[in-house]
Amino acid sequence: MVIAFYIAVAVALLATVLVITGRNPVHALLYLVVSLLAVAVIFLLLGAPFAAALEVIIYAGAIMVLFLFVVMMLTVGSGETAAPLLRPQAWIGPSLLAAVLLIELAAWLALGMPSHGQAHPVAPKAVGTALLGPYLLAVELASMLLLAGLVGAWHLGRPDDSAAPQQQALS
Amino acid sequence: MTAVPADHALYAAAALFALGLIGVMVRRNLIFVLMSLEIMLNATGLAFVAGGARWGQADGQILFLLVLTLAAAEVAIGLALLLAVHLRVGSLDADQLSRLRG
Repeated sequence: MVIAFYIAVAVALLATVLVITGRNPVHALLYLVVSLLAVAVIFLLLGAPFAAALEVIIYAGAIMVLFLFVVMMLTVGSGETAAPLLRPQAWIGPSLLAAVLLIELAAWLALGMPSHGQAHPVAPKAVGTALLGPYLLAVELASMLLLAGLVGAWHLGRPDDSAAPQQQALS
Repeated sequence: MTAVPADHALYAAAALFALGLIGVMVRRNLIFVLMSLEIMLNATGLAFVAGGARWGQADGQILFLLVLTLAAAEVAIGLALLLAVHLRVGSLDADQLSRLRG
């Protein structure tokens, strides 16, 4: 079952190579999602289920959707990225790699969820206890970082109002 | 049952990081540069989790969580900058952004 770890690493590396050599941003994003899912499987096999869940939910879910939104905003109106996405060669590669990961996950579940990193996996409870205990200051700093990211993104993303500074000052 | 050697997980993290670094240096499209940055941050997270799994401590996963927060903030700012660049320059080619003669 240790072979599952190396298969997941191979899937991650292959998908990453296809990301950085890709031409179409949407296709590269699909491979990037597969790469992140492969890393989530690696986390699971190393005995870190909480990190694996966060990898899928936040990285492959939220951050990749953010990327996808921006790519769709940038290519709106050109109409050349929507149609090729429906062709088989666009999605067959990521689907095959994701199917390999799915088979690995099913085998992992069927074999009684063994962990290879150490004898006892680090449970989410231990992570949460340490997170709100000795690492409380780091959590507060992370919240400040997210607030800074929010304010910065809002500032950079608002419409250019340098033409009407008077109205901005009045309002 | 034999365990995965911890250094093999670190080798995988190093390979992912190197691939991301190559992507940052080689690609000129800013979207691909941001994606490669994500790959690099993800590789550091993998190294943290591998270290935490090696010693059986929760600290690795906590540092992965902090890296995740950093990646989320970075990608929000980066994509906002990318949209601003697209608005002002009309292109996502990093070589076009040479008005400062850098």
